Order: sequence, then C-alpha cells, then structure tokens
Amino acid sequence: MEKMQCKCGHVNPPGTVLCESCGRSLTEKEQNSKLVDMRYEGTARRSQTYNKTIVDKIWNFFSSVKVGVSLIVVILVAAAIGTILPQQQYVDVPVRNAETIQAYYADVYGSVGRVYHFLGFHDLYNSFWFIILVGMLAISLIVASLDRFVPLYRSLKNQRVLRHASFMNKQRIYAEGNGTEDTLDKAEAKLKELKYNVSRDKNGLLAEKGRFSRWGPYVNHIGLIIFLVGVMLRMMPGFYVDETLWIREGETRAIPEAPGYTLESKNFEMETYNTEEDEVFEEAIERVGTVAKNYQTDVVLYKKPDDSLPGANDLEKIEESAIRVNQPLKFDGYAIYQMDFKLNELKAMTFALTNKETEENLGELTIDLINPKNDYELENGSTVKLLGYYPDFSGFENGEPQTATPLPNNPGFLVEMTTPETPGGETSFITIQNTVEPLGENQYKLAFQSADTRDVSGLTIRKDRTLPILGLGGLIFMIGVAQGMYFNHRRFWIQQQADGGILLAGHTNKNWFGLKKDLDQVTEYASLPAYRDQQEEIEKQKKEEGEALS
Amino acid sequence: MSLADMSSNLLYAAFIAYLIASFVFGGAVKGNKERSFDSENRWGKVAFAITILGFLANLGYFFTRWGATGHPPLSNMFEFTTAFGMTLVGGFIVIYALYKTPIIGMIVLPVALLIIAFASMFPSEVSPLIPALQTNWLAIHVSTVVIAEGVLAISAAAGLVYLLKVVDMKKNSKQRFFLEAIMYSLVIVLGFVISSTYFTLTDYQADFTYIDEKDAETKITYNMPPVFGMNEYVQLTEGTMTPWVETPAVVNASKLTTVFWSFVFGTILYWVIRLVARKRIAAIFKPFVKNVNLQLMDEIGYRAVIIGFPLFSLGALIFAMIWAQIAWSRFWGWDPKEVWALVTWLFYAAYLHLRLGKGWHGEKSAWLGVVGFAIIMFNLVAVNLIIAGLHSYA
Repeated sequence: MEKMQCKCGHVNPPGTVLCESCGRSLTEKEQNSKLVDMRYEGTARRSQTYNKTIVDKIWNFFSSVKVGVSLIVVILVAAAIGTILPQQQYVDVPVRNAETIQAYYADVYGSVGRVYHFLGFHDLYNSFWFIILVGMLAISLIVASLDRFVPLYRSLKNQRVLRHASFMNKQRIYAEGNGTEDTLDKAEAKLKELKYNVSRDKNGLLAEKGRFSRWGPYVNHIGLIIFLVGVMLRMMPGFYVDETLWIREGETRAIPEAPGYTLESKNFEMETYNTEEDEVFEEAIERVGTVAKNYQTDVVLYKKPDDSLPGANDLEKIEESAIRVNQPLKFDGYAIYQMDFKLNELKAMTFALTNKETEENLGELTIDLINPKNDYELENGSTVKLLGYYPDFSGFENGEPQTATPLPNNPGFLVEMTTPETPGGETSFITIQNTVEPLGENQYKLAFQSADTRDVSGLTIRKDRTLPILGLGGLIFMIGVAQGMYFNHRRFWIQQQADGGILLAGHTNKNWFGLKKDLDQVTEYASLPAYRDQQEEIEKQKKEEGEALS
Repeated sequence: MSLADMSSNLLYAAFIAYLIASFVFGGAVKGNKERSFDSENRWGKVAFAITILGFLANLGYFFTRWGATGHPPLSNMFEFTTAFGMTLVGGFIVIYALYKTPIIGMIVLPVALLIIAFASMFPSEVSPLIPALQTNWLAIHVSTVVIAEGVLAISAAAGLVYLLKVVDMKKNSKQRFFLEAIMYSLVIVLGFVISSTYFTLTDYQADFTYIDEKDAETKITYNMPPVFGMNEYVQLTEGTMTPWVETPAVVNASKLTTVFWSFVFGTILYWVIRLVARKRIAAIFKPFVKNVNLQLMDEIGYRAVIIGFPLFSLGALIFAMIWAQIAWSRFWGWDPKEVWALVTWLFYAAYLHLRLGKGWHGEKSAWLGVVGFAIIMFNLVAVNLIIAGLHSYA
C-alpha cells in the first residue's frame, strides 16, 4: 500500500484516516460523514490497513474487539459449566486414581456424572482447551492493545496546534463567530487556570488536559498480562512448592521441599465454642451442635547450620510458633498452614503378660506403634518377642497378615511369649478385637491394659515465588482501570482567522458534560462564540425524522 | 434490651421505612403530569428523607450487631444478604443525591425489601466465627464485595427502568417476554418469602431419616409439606404428607421442596396480580415511567458499572486472592464461589468492551445491566445453596 499524501503536503502512513498534521479527512467515507471518528485519532491501525498475508489475518483476528469479547464470553460460560458438578480435586474418594474418580462421578451423579466426566469437565480448568482459550485471550489482549496503542501514542505525541477547518467543524463540540484581539490571550489565561496545558502556534491555540487517561486501557491490559505470566511461571522448577506434611504430637520431621529445615510438633489443639463462655452465641451453638473455634499446632522450627557436617544431627532452633488457620508460619519464602488434623491416633499400647488360668500377671510391656522394639524383657526372665507388626491390619492373605497403610489405625501384633513355665515359647496374633493362637492353645496371653493416643496435624508447606509478580500485575491493573475510568482527556482547538473570526472545537474521550462545563467558563471569560453539540443535533434530527415517519 | 435485640429492632425499623419510602416514591413518580416534574420534586424529597432514616436504622443494625458479636456481620447467608440490601439502598442514595431520580428509588427500594426479606428466611441468630473467618480480611474482603455488588445492582435498576419505558408491552416480542420474565422472577422471590413465612407461622414440621451420599443414615426436618422425599427416606412424623417423589442421594429434596413451594406461591401470586390488573406486570409500570429521561438512565447504568467494576475487581478478586492465600494456602482454587466471582467479573469486562468498543448503548446496555444482576443473584443464592463449596456457610 502507498503512503497517503494530504493536501497540506504531509505524508501519512498507509491507512491513515485523518491527516496527522492538519486533520483533514483522507478517506471518502470520512469526508462524507458529519462528524469525524476520534476514537484513535484517525490514525493508521495495522489491523485496518493490511489483510493480505497469513500474519495480517492472524493479527486482525486477535485485534478485533468482537473476537476479544467472544473469547471472554466463551471462557465465562466454560468456567460456569465447571461448577455444575464438583471438580475432581474436591471429590472425596478413599483411594485417589483415575478409575476411582471416574467411578465416583458415575456412582454419585449417574448418567449426568458419566457424561460430565466423559467430556473432561471434571478437570475443566486444567484441560488443554480451557488453557488454550485463556492463552488466546492473552494474545488478544496483547495484539489488540498494540494495534491501538502504538499509532495512538505517535499521534498524540506529535499533535499540531493548527488544524484544518474541516477537522474543526467535524468535531462534536464546535463554534464559530466573532472575536476580539485579545480573545486567544484571555482563553489561554482561563484554560491555564482550569489546569489545561496550552500551546500556541501563530493564530492557533491547543489546550489539553488528562492525556494520560488515554493510556488507562493499555496499562490495565499490561497488568493482566503480567498476572498471566506470573501464573505461567509457576510451572518453572523452584518457583512453586505445594506439599502436605502429617506430623504427630512429639514428632520431629524434615520439611518436604525445604532442604535443611525440620519441624517439631509439640501439641495440636482443637477448641470449640461453648455456651458458657460464648453466651451471646448460645442459640446458634444449640442449633448447630458444635462450632469450631480454633485449630492450632504448636511447633518448633529448626534449621541445620550451613557449616554442618553431612550426617551430623545438630539442629539450630529458629523459632517457636503456633500455626493457626489464617496464621501460617512463614520462613525463608515458605509458609506452613494448618489445613487438617486427626484426633487421637494410637501412639502406644500397653499389655500385661498374663497366665490365662490363674490370671497371674508376669509384668507389663508397652509397644510403641510407630517404632516398635523387637524384644521386651520382663521381670523374672519372661520375654516377649515381636515377630511381626501390622499397623493397619486388613486381614489375611495366603495365611499372612496384611496391612492396608503404615498408619496405626488397627494395629496387629504377631508375638512370641516366653516364660519360665513355657521356655519353648508360645505364638499369638493380637488385634484390638481378638486374639488368634495359630500354633495351638497357649497358656499365656497378652492382656490389653491401656492405649496412649495423640493428635496428628495436617500441614501444608507452600512456597510461591510468583506472588510478587501476581501482586504487581493486580496493582498495575487497578491503576490502569482507575486511570482510564476516572480521568478523561479533554482538548480544545481555537483559531483566530485573518478577519478576526474565531473557530473553536472541543473533544473528550468521555464525560462530555464535564467538558461543556469547562468550556462554559472559558466562553464567558473570553467572550467566545456560543458552541453547539453536533452529536445531540444529529440525534435530535434523527428522532424527529423517526417520529415524522411513524 | 441487649445489643443483639436492639440490632434486630433497628433492622425492622429500616424495613418499614423502606416499605413506606417505596410507596411514596411510586406515588411521587405516578403523580407527575405529562412532561412535568412537580409531583416528583415535591414527594421525591419526602421519600428520600424517609429512605435516609431507614438507611440510618439499617447502619444502626449493622454496627450494633457488630458490637454484639465482636465481628462484622458479614459471615453467613442472613448477614451477607442483609448487607447486600443495605448497600443497594446506599448506592441508590448516592445516585439520588447526584441525579435526583425518584424512579430509581421506586425500583431499588422494593428490590432491597425483597432481598432483606429473603435474607431473614435464613437463621438470623448471632453466630460465632469458624477459624477460617477469624481475620480482618472478613471485613475487608466481604464489605468491598457487598458494596461493589450494591453499586452494580444500581446499574440493573437503571436498566430495568430503561426497559420498562422502551419495551412495547402491547406487541408480542422477545423483549416483552424477557422483561416480563424478570418481573415474574421477582414475584417468585416474594413467593419464597410468603411460603416460608406461612409454613413457619403454622409450625409445619415433618421429620425423616434418609441415606445420604456417603451411605450414612441422617435425620432431616422439613418445614414445608414434603413434595420431594430424600433418598430412601423413612417418615418419622405422623399425619404429615407422604412425598410424591423420592430423589437420589445427590439431590437435596428438602431444598427442592422449598423451591417447589416458592414457585407455587409465586406463580399463584403472579397470576392474581395479572388477572386483577388485567395486564402484564411490566405494563403496570408504564404510567410510572412516562417521564423517564432515557439518556439519564443509560448514564446512571454506565456510571454504576464504572464505579462498581473496579470495586468488584478489588474486593471479589484481589482481596479474595490475598485472603485465600492466607487462609487456604492458595490464592485460587476454582472453588465454585471463586469461579462465579470470575464469571461476574468477565461479564462486566465484556459489558465495558461492548459499550466502549462496539457502541452498545441504550437498550442493549440496559439488558446487559439486568443480566449482570442476575449473575450476582445466582452467585449469592444458587452457589451458596445448591452448589456445595468452601463458601457454603449458610
């Protein structure tokens, strides 16, 4: 395409609608319209100029507002569909894998659930098509912004004071009439008082205020893009940690994904509201039953000193702290959250070696359920040997006891008891409910005495180095929104012709009411000719024509 | 009188003030002669004064309740929804001060009444905060959201006035159908309030046991005649009606029954109004909107979005993410409430692009404003009550 030369001699880039220098309309369409389209100052936008190559076509696709809005609407509808049934991460299945989750949707929601799962809606927000849609929206944000911002910026930066009469009289606010010698000086003084930037050139005056508000939309789009980049950075190794740590009272454990750090749990506590202390809530507590007041794990954080030798067990205490909901423990970019708990997990069980017939007690032994010892020496030479330990006994398979998990939910013990009376030893399999004697009737048994329990805290270890980027994106977005929405860009062009006559035009990107209020003041002070709102005249005319027709 | 009692009395006072103001606003607008605003100017001021008194009582409710419980009353369905009614009136007060438009009051106040009445169908006794809510972010996040939603709802009110004026109720059209559908859905909410109140006053109660999703036997009490029965229900109360249909475990038949009765009462009420007036509800409003300045309504609708959208972005997304990071360890988890906040935000983003980029002014913009309110209400009602998630506190 060729460059466009205006009658004034200025050479404009191809696709320009209004001459960059004098403002004359360059296209036939624009020449015939009553008012000029000022949205992008009549500049040459790439998307409106080229449509030949594939690059042009892609560019034009993404720069269109219609495409952008369509993408927004499609994402909006898709996001809503994802809330019809719970997403897979919120589904409660005992064993989590693809099959059990699929079965869950079918079992609980029937054929609707089956279809929902089949279409992939159970994990909609991680599906490739949803991510592609969001990606396309991001491209649209970038392309549409560049397509408009670059020419707009150029044009507003190189504004001329003097514009052609045809540019002036096609502005929405327009006036022509007589002036006096000092009209321009007075107008300048008043406009400066109203905080306009005024520039003069020969017989012309340009007053401008709030140009920065024109950048608002682009600034908020930059904010959104920074936010989306932040979200993508999460995929990079080292940026994001999300681990679960179950820790029992009294335990000290290495913090996963936080090398060198160790956490000790001193105590877990769950409090509920009670009607005596929290009298004002009596009615609510009685209606609901119990209401939780506090979940808290008291912890000590340790760190291995930097100069520590490998294998050495020297821990340096960093801090003692209580982790509560809404009050995570923060250190070195990590945060530990109180997320879950299990009350009264079995810790140790105490048995008495007892003669079945005489009930004679030969002594007691306590078995630690996490790290059980193998041999227990009792008084008078009796011993108990732990041959096998099954923390979560789930039944026999081929005669062998099985454990479902390593957690002491239902401990089973295979023991050999030796007493002076039975030096050959007797074998017994003990669980909470019953005792099996696999090798024949025994003389002795282990009688259950007591159990110790403790609470387990479910903590989440999180590191998210993208947060500052997301925060920055959010901040820039809000600044851009305020910039574009709460300020406006107002301009007046005034010219005094050779015969002393005044031409005046005014433009704002929004809030014409405010622009008129400014102009009223200037008009009064500098005795400018009365202005007309040409847009309102056109609308009124249209309406009258419409009424005349009907 | 305890602080909590005082608080609920203040809410009653506010309710009555809004009720009176609704009628005075309506009368003020209706009394206008063609192209004259005398009645509106005179009576509008009276109605506005009553609204202000009501709003002060409403604020009194809010802060005395805060005083009584020690936490901002924004923590459950009753409190949030009541606050939404209050911010809606607050938004209207600002708009009236700027534009002097009694017609907006005639629409906003009845809707606010409906919202407050809807709120009081939920347990309203003061309740303690669960650990997740024990933070200042409750006040910061929820109050910003509820103010933003109140302001955005003004956009819908202005849009509704616009539509009541421009849609021709004499000719069959899609516009007429949907406008009447809006009126119908407002009557359904009223149906919910009336049916709940009726069955509460008559002390209806039917107890059942049923088998829930986790195969556990659970007890449930219906406060309305059980049209739908829970999964494998067993009737415990004698002399109450036997459910017509048994539903599978994933369906909460008790809530479904409430919806059913709301529709029954609402639909009857709708047809009574329609037969008595002998015209559609939207048509009843025609004499009220004869003097409406359409350009002003369009401006108010847009202005409300301009103020509401940034507030909503801040409260429902940015503050929400900050709190979610602190309480739940992640700023975003695709919880249904989060998703619907995003849906609302995307919707208003589309509204702004269509208006600024595609020139959707006037009627199109008015429809969008009303749809926006529908999304907000869906997020408030359906997402809390039907779609289970982390935000289901009611």
